[in-house]
Amino acid sequence: MRYLPKSPTERAAMLAAVGLESAEDLFASIPAGLRSREPLAIPPGQSEFEISEYFQARARESARGYACFLGAGAYGHYRPVVIDSIATRGEFLTAYTPYQAEISQGVLTTIFEFQTMVAQLTGMDVANASMYDGSTAVPEAGMMAVRITRRERLLVARALHPEYRQVLDTYYRRQDLPVETLAYDPDSGRLDLQDLEARLSGDIAAVVIQSPNFFGIVERVQEVAELAHRHGALLVVAFSEAASLGVLAPPREADIVAGELQSFAHPPSFGGPYVGILATKKRYVRQMPGRLVGQSVDSRGRRAYCLTLATREQHIRRARATSNICTNQALVALMATVYMALMGKRGLRELAEQNLAKARFLAGAIRAAGASLPFSGPFFNEFVVRPAGRAPGAVNDLALRSKIIGGLELGRFFPELGDALLVCATETATRKSMEDYARCFRGAVNE
Amino acid sequence: MSRVRQHQTQDEALLFEQSSPGKIGYQLPPLDVPPVDAEKALGPELVRDDIDGFPEVSEVEVIRHFTRLSSWNYAIDLGLYPLGSCTMKYNPRLNEAVARIDGIAGAHPYQPEALAQGLLRINRTLETYLADITGMDAVTLQPAAGAHGELTGLLLIRAYLEAQGDARQVVLIPDSAHGTNPATAAIAGYQVVEIKSNDRGMIDLPALRAAMHGGVAALMVTNPNTVGIFEQDIATVAAVLHERGAQLYMDGANMNALVGVARPGDFGVDVMHLNLHKTFSTPHGGGGPGAGPVAVRSHLEPFLPLPRVQETGGGLRFDWHRPLSIGRVRAFYGNFGVLVRALAYILAHGGDGLRNATVDAVLNANYVRRGLESHYHLPYGAPSMHECIFSDARQARHGVRTGEIAKRLIDYGFHPYTVSFPLIVRGALMIEPTETESKRELDEFIAAMQAIAGEVESDRDLVRRAPATTRTSRVDETRAARRPVLIWQSE
Repeated sequence: MRYLPKSPTERAAMLAAVGLESAEDLFASIPAGLRSREPLAIPPGQSEFEISEYFQARARESARGYACFLGAGAYGHYRPVVIDSIATRGEFLTAYTPYQAEISQGVLTTIFEFQTMVAQLTGMDVANASMYDGSTAVPEAGMMAVRITRRERLLVARALHPEYRQVLDTYYRRQDLPVETLAYDPDSGRLDLQDLEARLSGDIAAVVIQSPNFFGIVERVQEVAELAHRHGALLVVAFSEAASLGVLAPPREADIVAGELQSFAHPPSFGGPYVGILATKKRYVRQMPGRLVGQSVDSRGRRAYCLTLATREQHIRRARATSNICTNQALVALMATVYMALMGKRGLRELAEQNLAKARFLAGAIRAAGASLPFSGPFFNEFVVRPAGRAPGAVNDLALRSKIIGGLELGRFFPELGDALLVCATETATRKSMEDYARCFRGAVNE
Repeated sequence: MSRVRQHQTQDEALLFEQSSPGKIGYQLPPLDVPPVDAEKALGPELVRDDIDGFPEVSEVEVIRHFTRLSSWNYAIDLGLYPLGSCTMKYNPRLNEAVARIDGIAGAHPYQPEALAQGLLRINRTLETYLADITGMDAVTLQPAAGAHGELTGLLLIRAYLEAQGDARQVVLIPDSAHGTNPATAAIAGYQVVEIKSNDRGMIDLPALRAAMHGGVAALMVTNPNTVGIFEQDIATVAAVLHERGAQLYMDGANMNALVGVARPGDFGVDVMHLNLHKTFSTPHGGGGPGAGPVAVRSHLEPFLPLPRVQETGGGLRFDWHRPLSIGRVRAFYGNFGVLVRALAYILAHGGDGLRNATVDAVLNANYVRRGLESHYHLPYGAPSMHECIFSDARQARHGVRTGEIAKRLIDYGFHPYTVSFPLIVRGALMIEPTETESKRELDEFIAAMQAIAGEVESDRDLVRRAPATTRTSRVDETRAARRPVLIWQSE
């Protein structure tokens, strides 16, 4: 087998060296009754060619060559080839968590740069080395707020990504942490500030909102922060579309920012692996979950990096750790680091402005085709649209005929928006594909 | 021939320090729609100023920067990486290629099921194979890493017990367990009670029996355990738990010792997680992404996270109607790209090949053990599985501890073993070579470890000053923690 670097002679010599007669003897310590009698029901090993063909065939049973207007937490952005040139280098790809600082300065330095860029991007003081994804970063941020405030209740915006909310419910239900939902304003699509004000009280640990929210609409973070802080609650701001931070004012007024950097790092890849971030104010750093890299010096006085503040973590603190997280998403964080380095200050701004322009063009074209936008709040690169005289599913069925995957049917998560779609246009959307999709709202294609 | 050799590497400034206004590393295509003024579109108060401090560098500099940094890392591609319980095996490059195929990498999690049949088939096939390997009835692929799998597993137990009327309060954990076990139990809302290991490094049955009561929800056990020994009483352990209505959770971190040889489902395990980034060769990437699928016996199946992939007459689909489900543990369907890689690994080995890999993994560990047992103290005499654990008892007499031996090993061109873990062995050296190491590599490693044992006696300061040949010498970790500098700031 090509992954096993031993000849039969070497194997025999090694068995002899350990004083055993057969390979079976290696397992003598497993009681005979517990050893498998049947071989695995997995077909014999295959060649590289066959395996490659197998996955090509599976890919052919998936969508190839479609224009896609889905966003909703997973975004199709162009990825410069340099990302994978770097991320497939064995020195990064096949390294372990950098516990041995002397021979891990490559990973440590890139994580330090990641932490720095995430902090700069979000307007926070510090960021950790990464979380699994946005959906798990949000409950971790909430639990962090519970530890900081020693209060238990959370107020969570209904316009938080519904799957993030579901993950949060799973985490919190088992800890008996109460969670209440904050309504969105049906006109603007933004958080209903009156509802927030009515629900705030002295026992709220944190208010959790997303901006741009699930409907693509930018929240008024500053006003929400003022209300939350007035009641001693923390503000957690989540985001799922990192590209928005190229143009949007960062959520500086938040206490914790939890988000998803997939847009900068990884193709949608059917939902993962992505890379979550968690950033906060300096004063809360010891309550953070996850790994942190810090700057120090080596014994010869030269700048060097190492994992730090590990007393927060499971391998030291065990049952009293701030989180159980161990392995995170380092390689995807590296991809994001390379992307951010390539794009730089100007590139992220230009990228964000292209997204703004494309989404506005698509919104205009769809509106011109007779559909309406139910929310008036300003949006980044996705928006809710209500087709006229045709069900959202019917619009998308029509689009599929032109090899277009349309927006998300919102009824799946928001029954009151069962007649609406969430449509996304990134910089990769071409004018032609947007015009074709918009036409489906009118119903002129192939009919 | 010795591997020890000095070589020069250049210093490399951070991206921020190489930045100069106007340098660019990108070019976007021209906009094919009218441009939009951000301040007009969003309102001036919502638009940010410059991203303060963000780098501006060229593509050439980006390539050089990260390539230089990469040369400061040790990696499996460079040699043996014998971290115990981490299973640092070769990461096949084919896996990287197939995960990047168009139609797989580009697939959106919300694209129509009819246009995702191949992807659902990948999930379903992997679930089936993992169920076969573990001897369990059903598998969820949603958890993003091992610790996330542990949490999922305990939430399943909690939901199952709740459905019986009482979630219970206590999770028992052996003192040899990974730190994630107690941390997870706490997050799942359980109180942790530690069970002492016996003098053979195994679960102490009398201690377990004494700790059992009606409030115990589960025992979390790693098998083979963290001293690399198969828990011979595992079936009895399961019976003791089941008698009192408690569940047996198995941490699958060490599954590389068992694949194709023995199945946890046959030991009485109710729920377990696997680490695809250990046993199934997906790259560790400097700390993730991983994947932590959870396998369960049928009684826990109704509680698995949403959604499940379901076989129907017309193809595969997601099943969302599972009223007993614990809910979601992650958005979408898990670290799909990692799942693709793991399936490619399983296909490459095949059923018999997976067993052969296990044989070689256990053979390698025993070969290393035989090569080192005359030089290092072996705290437990029971046969080793995929890893062997020594203590620094002999070297400590000369004032040299496991951490220093590990640093000296770096000078010999190897990554250290796992240091000072498990906690039940004072001064532990935990060595897991994995099956993808050649006899030659192991012989060199053994020779290096033997040489260090000699140096401890002849020139202990040499060992205590190590590493001497790396571009970065010992890093001051105390200073890093005392005065945390977590982001770069301009001077």
